[in-house]
Amino acid sequence: MDISIDLLINALVAGLLLGGFYAAVTVGVSISFGILDIVNIAHPAFIILGSYLAYKLNYWPGLDPILTSILLLPLFYVIGWLVYQIYHAAFERYGQESLRGLAFFFGLLFITEVMLILTFGVDYRYVAASYIGPSLHLGIVDLPLRMLVPCLVSLALFVALQLFLSTTFTGRAIMAVAQDQLALRLVACSPIRIKRIAFAISIATTSIAGALLIIIQPVEPSIGREYIGRIFAICVLGGLGSLPGMLIGAMLLGIVESLTSTFYGPSWAPAVAFGFLLVTLAVRPAGLLGR
Amino acid sequence: MIVRSSVFLSICAAVAAGIFGAASLIGNDYVFFAGYVVLQFVVLAQAWNILGGYTGYVNFGSAAFFALGAYASVFLHKYYPLPLPLLIAIGGVVSGLAGLGMGYLTLRLRGAFFAIATLAFAVVLQTLVVNWNYVGGARGAYVIRPDSVWPVGSYVHYLFLLMLALAIIAVAMSRAIERSRLGYGFATIRDDELAAEASGVPTLRLKLIATTLSGALMGMAGAPFPYYIGYVQPAAAFGLDYAVNAIAMPMIGGTGTWYGPLIGAVLVASLQQWATVSISSELSLLVVGLLLVGFVIVAPGGIVGLARRYLWSAS
Repeated sequence: MDISIDLLINALVAGLLLGGFYAAVTVGVSISFGILDIVNIAHPAFIILGSYLAYKLNYWPGLDPILTSILLLPLFYVIGWLVYQIYHAAFERYGQESLRGLAFFFGLLFITEVMLILTFGVDYRYVAASYIGPSLHLGIVDLPLRMLVPCLVSLALFVALQLFLSTTFTGRAIMAVAQDQLALRLVACSPIRIKRIAFAISIATTSIAGALLIIIQPVEPSIGREYIGRIFAICVLGGLGSLPGMLIGAMLLGIVESLTSTFYGPSWAPAVAFGFLLVTLAVRPAGLLGR
Repeated sequence: MIVRSSVFLSICAAVAAGIFGAASLIGNDYVFFAGYVVLQFVVLAQAWNILGGYTGYVNFGSAAFFALGAYASVFLHKYYPLPLPLLIAIGGVVSGLAGLGMGYLTLRLRGAFFAIATLAFAVVLQTLVVNWNYVGGARGAYVIRPDSVWPVGSYVHYLFLLMLALAIIAVAMSRAIERSRLGYGFATIRDDELAAEASGVPTLRLKLIATTLSGALMGMAGAPFPYYIGYVQPAAAFGLDYAVNAIAMPMIGGTGTWYGPLIGAVLVASLQQWATVSISSELSLLVVGLLLVGFVIVAPGGIVGLARRYLWSAS
């Protein structure tokens, strides 16, 4: 195949932008799955919920999707808080996470999807904003703003979370939950409370991720399923519990997907993420920067 | 109550004959159409239970194995129209091999990774089928079924009979496994895999047997699907509702026993058939989702667990 350099460079840049966006989608699962060991496969469903709320408030009264997502952070925080409350009371306390906990999240995923279908139908929805449409041109490289803005917002979210986890007491306590819960108890800090906060934060990120998703592409209820594979592929590839590893994984997947859809066609892109995941799981389950 | 397998099979055959007779007496083909779906879910629920209920490994990719069986039929149908029982056997072999392969790739992992990998497996397979033009690609494929089959008559009755036979095989197989060395081996994996391995249980081999059997049954349930529906497209064959139902039914009925999934599948699938006709198909799926979450939270043992608890407190 004749590969032109322009096309290759543009595909690489598009991949980096896409990877930046994937970081926002995955960062929540990096916390819930990577640090807390809660296999929240319903995460993409909350992202789609975020997309639809952004759509709803963009349609009327015409709020900017990113602004909406920031305003809705407390709502998603509360949802996460409640979900963890149920999860802990019904499964975690009894050590029943593996079978019933998974089925619980699978049920949540399914219920959210069907509810969205019942309310909004299966049509694709999209939002309007000033940065959807125009592009920056730097020499031969095109930077579409609809990709650049989500990428930058996502990186800001990533940096904020990384600072929170590494500098504040609560953040460090969250990191400690993964390592030694007894030690946490010894400094008079309830691991359950910390996990509840961490899980609520992980769900809160879906508000922002959802808004970014609907800026990048039109959304319909079942689209979340494609993201399950991407999210867990990135998480596992980067190494569980490592946020920087997650960022590297997201960028890698973004680039590989972008190259695949540029040179082979977009219908192959979903298989790339899952292929990545299967190979990583089979070859190096600890990931690139695993703990 | 210990009944020998031969006696159990004769009871099953008698029940099956009764079901078929009753359905024929009603004389409405819709009974056969709806009954086929219920029986198909009995097979799927039993198949899921062999891996999920006995060994404790959650499979979210049931739809993939089901669709693999269905697409094996489509593929062969385009090539040369074979008799349906043979297609069912082939679908079982194909999906069983897929189950074995997936087991090899993933079963060395912790439980949660296995569950995620099964989801991934389903999407990879769906992408392959969408991009494979020979079996219709994203457009789907038509399968024209004959009007009648000797000696049964109507083709719908024939499909119903085949699925009835499959359901009996699935139930009898689960029951046989439960009381065999194999079943006890599976249970040790579910209860404590590390301890099982330390005491000499060949866990990897047992898990591979479980994924193969479970996959094969799902493929067999899927093989007649193109002939039932007449038109197969990837989105329908790989639909999330199969994956959800395959989990919800054993969970609602009660996992780890052969009668739990049977009860769950018959109840939930009948409820769904009724709700699809009288309310809407989306709403009927919502009901299944809510039932799944509700049962998982409130009644971990499913209906069987509830009944046991009630009997305990009564005596």
